[in-house]
Amino acid sequence: MTTTSWLNPLAALVLAPLLPGIINRTKAFFAGRQGQPLLQGYYDLAKLLQKGAVYSRTTSWIFRAGPVVGLAAVLVALVLLPLGGAAAPLNFTGDLILLAYLLGLMRFFTVIAALDTGSAFEGMGASREVQFSVLAEPALLLSLAALGRAGQIGSGSRIEHLSNFLSLSWTYSNLSALAWMRNGTILLLVAGALLIVLLAENSRIPVDDPNTHLELTMIHEVMVLDHGGPDLAMILYGAALKLWVFCALLAGVLIPVRSSYWWLNAGAVIGGIFILGVVIGVIESSMARLRLLRVPQLLTGAGVLSILAFALVLWRQYGTLD
Amino acid sequence: MFLILLAMSVLIFSGLLSFFCGRNPRRANVIGAGGAILGCVLGLIPAAGVLWTGHNHTLHRAWDVPYGSFFLQVDPLSAFFLLPILGLSAAAALYGAEYLIAYQSRKNLGGPWFFYNLLVAGMVMVTVARNGVLFLLAWEIMSMASYFLVTFEHEKENVRQAGWTYLVATHLGTAFLFILFLVLGRQAGSLDFDRFASAGAYGSSAMNLVFLLALIGFGTKAGFMPFHVWLPEAHPAAPSHVSAVMSGVMIKTGIYGLVRTLTFLGRPEAWWGWVLIGIGLVSGVWGVLFALAQHDLKRLLAYHSVENIGIIALGLGLGVLGLALNQPLLAVLGLSGGLLHVLNHALFKGLLFMGAGAVLHATGTRDIDQLGGLIKRMPWTATMFLIGSVAICGLPPLNGFVSEFLIYVGAFYGTGLQDVSISGATVVVGLAMIGGLAAACFAKAFGIVFLGEARSEHASQAHEVGFPMRIGMLVLALGCITIGCLAPQITAMVGTVVGTMPGLTGSNIQGHLAVAIGPLRSVVLTSGILLVLIALLAMIRSRLLAGRKVELSGTWDCGYARPSARMQYTASSFAQPLMNMFGVLLQTHRSLERPEGFFPTRAGLHTDTGDIFRQNVYRPIFQGVERFLVWLHWLQQGRVQIYILYIAVTMLILLIWNL
Repeated sequence: MTTTSWLNPLAALVLAPLLPGIINRTKAFFAGRQGQPLLQGYYDLAKLLQKGAVYSRTTSWIFRAGPVVGLAAVLVALVLLPLGGAAAPLNFTGDLILLAYLLGLMRFFTVIAALDTGSAFEGMGASREVQFSVLAEPALLLSLAALGRAGQIGSGSRIEHLSNFLSLSWTYSNLSALAWMRNGTILLLVAGALLIVLLAENSRIPVDDPNTHLELTMIHEVMVLDHGGPDLAMILYGAALKLWVFCALLAGVLIPVRSSYWWLNAGAVIGGIFILGVVIGVIESSMARLRLLRVPQLLTGAGVLSILAFALVLWRQYGTLD
Repeated sequence: MFLILLAMSVLIFSGLLSFFCGRNPRRANVIGAGGAILGCVLGLIPAAGVLWTGHNHTLHRAWDVPYGSFFLQVDPLSAFFLLPILGLSAAAALYGAEYLIAYQSRKNLGGPWFFYNLLVAGMVMVTVARNGVLFLLAWEIMSMASYFLVTFEHEKENVRQAGWTYLVATHLGTAFLFILFLVLGRQAGSLDFDRFASAGAYGSSAMNLVFLLALIGFGTKAGFMPFHVWLPEAHPAAPSHVSAVMSGVMIKTGIYGLVRTLTFLGRPEAWWGWVLIGIGLVSGVWGVLFALAQHDLKRLLAYHSVENIGIIALGLGLGVLGLALNQPLLAVLGLSGGLLHVLNHALFKGLLFMGAGAVLHATGTRDIDQLGGLIKRMPWTATMFLIGSVAICGLPPLNGFVSEFLIYVGAFYGTGLQDVSISGATVVVGLAMIGGLAAACFAKAFGIVFLGEARSEHASQAHEVGFPMRIGMLVLALGCITIGCLAPQITAMVGTVVGTMPGLTGSNIQGHLAVAIGPLRSVVLTSGILLVLIALLAMIRSRLLAGRKVELSGTWDCGYARPSARMQYTASSFAQPLMNMFGVLLQTHRSLERPEGFFPTRAGLHTDTGDIFRQNVYRPIFQGVERFLVWLHWLQQGRVQIYILYIAVTMLILLIWNL
């Protein structure tokens, strides 16, 4: 644990609300609009934090706890998150499992807070959220398992210290340009799977449309309909951080800068994260939201990509699929 | 050893006393519950002692039953299973003392307490018996006592049905155990367990046979799919504290039996591990899918037991693979994950069944779609149920995460070993999917039962339960939290238990476990950060809202001015998309009542998901058996003369055959 590594979560804390701004500006550019200011996310947070709140009589303490637990969970997840070659403050065997389950905790509390309102619309959103996570979760974990192997194959490095084995920071530190040259196909497949998981977990097009005006068709937005004031600020900030986490996981694969300078590694990945924001904006501008019944097929596609990646890992490692 | 015997005597004696006090329900209640708690606490002392010191306690006396001997032993494996058995039984007894009061006007309370205490004594005996005859005797006592507890409300038709299913299933399972001990005894020349282990190398075919017999025999008790069909029938039918004990620990005696059998067999074969992983996946995924489809809260929890037994099987499967392929690290991770999940599941499933029992007690219904909004009227129960839900979903910072973490790390490690890579990846994917589905299922169970508005009179007039029931739940909830906080220490303790497995005795267990214990320390640290952050954020939130306008209003229903409780999402609608996605596996039966005319007065949709194995596998088989037996009906003429003729003819044939 080095002091510089704490700059990773710090960067996320400061820069994450910029990410939705970049996506929105990109979308505005494609639509030929001026668009909202780049810093709109910060303005929204500042405004919401100054407001009071209105609670439904139906709700209980669960509704109030939802945003708090959700934000706390994603904040802890930041502590485990490497930025490419820049290791996370905390890294240990199996930290990727903890990361995935912390996001699971966030989801669980968002969902029960939604159910606490007794509204049919929020129930609908909650139901969809848990449905899609069932398919996204295995794809995410298998992608990361394949990634852990892919960086190591052919590099001649063996797992010397089991204490580092399977930590996210260890996995990402291996994904150099050399790894791309050796195992580019695997990394590309994993990147594809991670991109789909990113879009689904953060409720972006083509899974969910954050700008839709119909509560019936929303997923994430409809779950937080009844929240307002500081609670909504926590939710918005938590969502931005969650988007940051997934973008960092993907950008860490795509940006193979693994120098001996911490600032260069982290800086490159942060640049990558913002480019991903533009990419998401382009995706959202160029396609429509899928019908809800089609979404499971897209997510199954992510699963298939991760299975393919894993099969390729085995092929490369043992020369057989056994 | 003395304390274990004393504990069992206290249990049996207080049970008998309670039985004879049956006319005075209050006295029966106090004696039965008090004896159960005292017996459990007495038994916990030696169990904890054995785990702490690692020394075995043994008692060996002759017994004049053929092939039997009064051979008892508490080793770390037994002690580890005694811990949840005694702990949960004590908490459930306290809970039951209040729960059963509701029945005192129409039921004799001596009977249930007699059988409850006998069930606990039977489970203790099962884990400490070291002789085949003694083991089977204890096994039968346990099964019969629980049968009488399941049929407590025997005036109800479906309870009798459930009891009957249970009785048949458990005895079919026991039949395999008889053959198992015959095979083992034939090889070893004795039915004492120590002789089984020292009998040395069994032939490969004998070993495979023993494994399969144990898998079916013990798997039926544990609830492995497809031998689970009795479980979702019997567990909901029993009184809730008994459901907690049956689901939390009684089915674990099946896991105990399987692990104990593995200790006899030396190095296992690799395909055993694959079979266990396969069973684990089937039980895990299908179990949670069936749970998701249920509308009955206790039935939902019963199917979750099948799921969790699946997770345990995944861990054991990885462990067996590790033993078979001489990968001690994999073996240690898999086995300790599986065994720790036994303890964890006892805690949170006991807690959840008690929560469901409290809901049933307060509202009189188990139908999830009739409930809602209970968190306002039963805040205590709701909080306990929430803790249990977070734990069973394997979410940090509670205990469910710890055991799943061990299995995950084992599986991830396995992905790097050539012969285990595909199994490891399968376990990772399976666990992730089970985790997602379990979270969906408990969001539904907790959300629809406790949150929102009451959907019926039952729910709107509920009341919080009394102190004995609350304390019973609190003890288990604290257990869940403690294991979450002491994860590294508890895992090290499980390591000493795993160290008794043959093939691992010489190896450096704690050294292998360090791979997981170091990370678990970091997990506990992160959990600590999480809790501090939650407290901090909650403080910031209340500080921000202090002095500002905080109003109450109705739920925003998108412009509709008069939302009613009937307009809420129901459990069925919440689960519908997932049910649809996995429709092939569930074969849910839908009956739709379409709205008719311009001003329809009624419309409805009912879904019913029966057990696919019960309907498509067991029913045809048992119908076939019945048809065959009906065909033999002509033998029974009902005349004594004819029966005497049968006897005479049989004797004659035997005489001729022997001459």
